[in-house]
Amino acid sequence: MKHASALSVISMALFLSACGGEADSTLVRGPDPKLPEPQRGLLPSMKIAEPVAWGDQKPTVPEGFSVTAIATDLNIPRQTLVLPNGDILIAEGRGGSAAKLKPKDVIASLIKAEGNTKVKSGNRLTLLRDADGDGTYELKTVFADNLNAPYGLAFVDGKLYVANQDALVRFDYEEGQTKASGPPTKVTDLPSQINHHWTKSLAASPDGRFLYVGIGSNSNIGERGMEVEVDRALVWQVDAETGAHKPYATGLRNPTALTIQPESGQLWAVVNERDELGPDLVPDYLTSVREGEFYGWPYSYWGQNVDSRAQPQNPAKVAAAIKPDYSLGSHVAALGVDFSIPEMGEKYADGVFVGEHGSWNRDNPVGYKVIFVPFTDGRPSGEPLDFATGFRGTDGKTRGRPVGVTVDPRGALIIADDLANIVWRVTRNR
Amino acid sequence: MGPCIRTGHQSGSLNNKEPPVTVTAPLTYRSTPSPLHATLLAGTVPLFLGGLLSDIAYFQTYQIQWSNFAAWLIAGGLVFCGLALLFALVNLLRAERKAGRPALYFLLLLVTWVLGLVNAFEHAKDAWATMPWGLVLSVIVTLLSCATTWVGLTNLRSGGAK
Repeated sequence: MKHASALSVISMALFLSACGGEADSTLVRGPDPKLPEPQRGLLPSMKIAEPVAWGDQKPTVPEGFSVTAIATDLNIPRQTLVLPNGDILIAEGRGGSAAKLKPKDVIASLIKAEGNTKVKSGNRLTLLRDADGDGTYELKTVFADNLNAPYGLAFVDGKLYVANQDALVRFDYEEGQTKASGPPTKVTDLPSQINHHWTKSLAASPDGRFLYVGIGSNSNIGERGMEVEVDRALVWQVDAETGAHKPYATGLRNPTALTIQPESGQLWAVVNERDELGPDLVPDYLTSVREGEFYGWPYSYWGQNVDSRAQPQNPAKVAAAIKPDYSLGSHVAALGVDFSIPEMGEKYADGVFVGEHGSWNRDNPVGYKVIFVPFTDGRPSGEPLDFATGFRGTDGKTRGRPVGVTVDPRGALIIADDLANIVWRVTRNR
Repeated sequence: MGPCIRTGHQSGSLNNKEPPVTVTAPLTYRSTPSPLHATLLAGTVPLFLGGLLSDIAYFQTYQIQWSNFAAWLIAGGLVFCGLALLFALVNLLRAERKAGRPALYFLLLLVTWVLGLVNAFEHAKDAWATMPWGLVLSVIVTLLSCATTWVGLTNLRSGGAK
């Protein structure tokens, strides 16, 4: 990276060249990752794989599984939700309006835009229905629109909750509904100033009393000032009835997806960690979110590894920081997580699926796939398995980027692809 | 580049003990930059200096806005410096005697611009990662731009009489 120089950035921006081969270092994944020393050359690495259409191709799934595109031409699908009757809701949109503060922000945003869809934000929920259960979702209709970059979805107690980028809202829902009966009711406003990380992830406690909202930081590492980080980089616990909220866990840089572990009721999250400390720092992670705990951002990472870019430092906070449970590897950009069920087959029965959007600031791109992290006794154990790959081909071209993953109780995995604007469904062959 | 100003230098000493003698000194041709060239060149000083002062303010207060100011001021300095560099290059190519002033001026300006660019990349780092090298480079670049501006505005030509 140090020798990357201006040329590589220019060549990357102009030609979007990419050489194949993805080296997943196993040392950096798992419960106890090996962390290298921080490094940062004069220029940060940026590598955007050239987007191309899927054409006749599809993601690669394990033997015994098939994959189908159940909805296409969406307007940036992010997270999905399976309703009790099997209907699928898709949150579509793009948020964020963070001002560009430095010359670097202007340049970086142009480069990053190359790797994203050009479609406009949908700001809506689309409903898919497969009435006869043949695997073809013959109905595709807008369930609700005029939302503000909806992302997190949760269904509990007969109510549908949607986390817009600026507010948590609720729809009353009746089984079989294909269109919301009216505009939603606001549960509470969510922090939305700047919205550098705009996605608001969502999960509901099994009893429906509380909602958990993941709120990302307003910067990479505090470069917009700590004043704008109030109520950021944390998970809120929101009272579903009153909208009253409190920080549930803090120091989580960007908790992009939340889910509840079925047996224990424990809240889990995937979190995207900080950039510009080198290709193998800092690992994005999967963790149980423990109430009242602090996970490091911005002062330290993976426990007590101090990040000197955050000044003034806070030694007391660093000392209090706890380590996350399981490293997913640096820059994979995990944006989706859901617990599996026995219907997914023996090999994938116990564990979580994680959607990895893929890196943009690593010479050797990583992510761009859906993985399965096996669990034993309620804890992640062992090496992750690839579940859906081929989003970034060996030709260096990117066909899709996985975001939300949702396990369908009928024994399938729903994958939202926000580059191709497709929702994929991976089913077990019978 | 620019108009040649013909200035008569009086050399030799005036000694009261000797009768005053009018000495016709060798005429030197002083060449100064055109108004646009001079504006671009001199403009680098307040821009890089502003960047330096902003860096100092950030260093002392941790207030991130100073760091943003520094980054933009340095970027502005690079634009001015880069355009002045084109003038300096043309001046160098057109100079009859390239050694001395024309080459010195061009090289000084080139070094200022290159170090300024390195400084801009340094300022593209997030938060405190710009420190301390961003500040150190700002000091160096500011001093260089002062020196270069002094050289450039004084004379663009080498040698004495034509």
